[in-house]
Amino acid sequence: MNFGVDTGFYPLGSCTMKYNPKINEEIASHPAFAGLHPLQPESTVKGAKEVEEGLGKALCAITGMKAFTFLPCAGAHGELTGLMLIREYHLAHGDTARTKVIVPDSAHGTNPASANVCGLEIVEVKSGANGLVDVESLKPLLGPDIAAIMLTNPNTLGLFEREIGEIAKLVHGCGGLLYYDGANMNPLIGKVRPGDMGFDVLHLNLHKSFSTPHGGGGPGSGPVGVAERLLPCLQNVHTSGFHGNFGVMLRAYAYILMLGRENVKMVGPLATLAANYIKESLKDDYKLPIPSVCKHEFVFDGLINDGARDGVAGATTLDVAKRLLDYGFHAPTIYFPLLFHQALMIEPTETESLETLDAFIDVMHRIAEEAAKDPEMLHSAPHNAPIGRPDETTAARQPVLKYE
Amino acid sequence: MSKILDELLYSDSHEWVKVDGNIAIIGVSDFAQAEMGDITYVDVPAEGDEVSKGEEFGALESVKASSELYSPVSGVITEVNADLDATPELINEDPYGAWIIKVEMSDKGELDSLLNAAAYAEIAK
Repeated sequence: MNFGVDTGFYPLGSCTMKYNPKINEEIASHPAFAGLHPLQPESTVKGAKEVEEGLGKALCAITGMKAFTFLPCAGAHGELTGLMLIREYHLAHGDTARTKVIVPDSAHGTNPASANVCGLEIVEVKSGANGLVDVESLKPLLGPDIAAIMLTNPNTLGLFEREIGEIAKLVHGCGGLLYYDGANMNPLIGKVRPGDMGFDVLHLNLHKSFSTPHGGGGPGSGPVGVAERLLPCLQNVHTSGFHGNFGVMLRAYAYILMLGRENVKMVGPLATLAANYIKESLKDDYKLPIPSVCKHEFVFDGLINDGARDGVAGATTLDVAKRLLDYGFHAPTIYFPLLFHQALMIEPTETESLETLDAFIDVMHRIAEEAAKDPEMLHSAPHNAPIGRPDETTAARQPVLKYE
Repeated sequence: MSKILDELLYSDSHEWVKVDGNIAIIGVSDFAQAEMGDITYVDVPAEGDEVSKGEEFGALESVKASSELYSPVSGVITEVNADLDATPELINEDPYGAWIIKVEMSDKGELDSLLNAAAYAEIAK
């Protein structure tokens, strides 16, 4: 009944559910590492310090940043740390009026939430019809009150922000900084560096892009990298005690060293190839609102033929997701992003074989056929899972809470 | 096809307005509730709060998503529908009966910029 990335395909968009090599677990559970205590004298943990330094160097090489702090224990924690660094930077320059952060309407919800927690005001910038940040809409928002813009590139729709050079020029021009949300770093690994795009601060999700377990499988790690001019701020921002999630850092370092310099370069391209392969194979059955080459993930907007007819409602994205369970696949992310009504967000990652991708495509074709013929069968899916559809509405309206 | 009542005015963010003298009664359209799915929580302001046209005054949460509510008019909130706290499903069951707030309008001229049923039908599909 348990299902994980070890047991099957897990195409959860925006989550980068890549395979977590078992050797990483073995290394992390080695007594020499597992027995470390965070209050040990530094002279007794030189090996661990070497791991931290080595990982920092590797991440600098991959992202184009100058230094990393490993204190943040997850992505949103990294965002908060990064924004505090940005605030610190402006204040250190006597620039006290920068209280606003620009966030695109397609951003992950944590971006505005982190800015809010950091005491900054959020300004939304609209996406254009091509799903990318609209530079013309950005221009009037820029001014002496802008602390930073937060961007994910590729964005939530899996599309590369092609105007990033122009955006960086404009934001820097008004005295603001660029924050890179590393949630979607996977397709860039080995190909493009956020530092080269003009980003000043970023966080990475080691638990996504660098193959450490997540999603109930393990704790996260959201190290923050900074460009040269923010180096002095690092020592003034502390967002956790001790040294971060060392076990997670160790797994990520093992993953990077195992791939090696040459193979790390294959991560981004293979993840991108897998996503485009699925997208192109299914676009005659599922609506593709923005037809262009994607990066690591893409979003469909429901079925092309949902089987709706007189008195029979068509099959929805929820129905498709539930039916996938019958065929032994984890469902993709659904109803996110909110830009589309029937969003179905698929991210395969580079660790899936061609056989797995083909099996998934085959099942998605089959579900589209079933929807066209008999949408009611899909309304009541899953049929083969241990439970049917839990009553989410009652659970939300009248939750039964227990504190035992 | 969602239900649209002829006697109401609509905003392009899917709120409806029923005008009763100087009071605007505000809810969300049938189209909006259908898109949201089962509503599980309605976040509303307090009576006496000021709202201005186009400004966020609350939010709807459903099993699918969370969506902001925008005020179609400016003024002071005179009443909030207290029933929605315990029974948010009223919005799904009867979107045009389950009003959310009542606003004493400060500028009735703002009503001219709202959509009539025919114009709203163009958006709600």
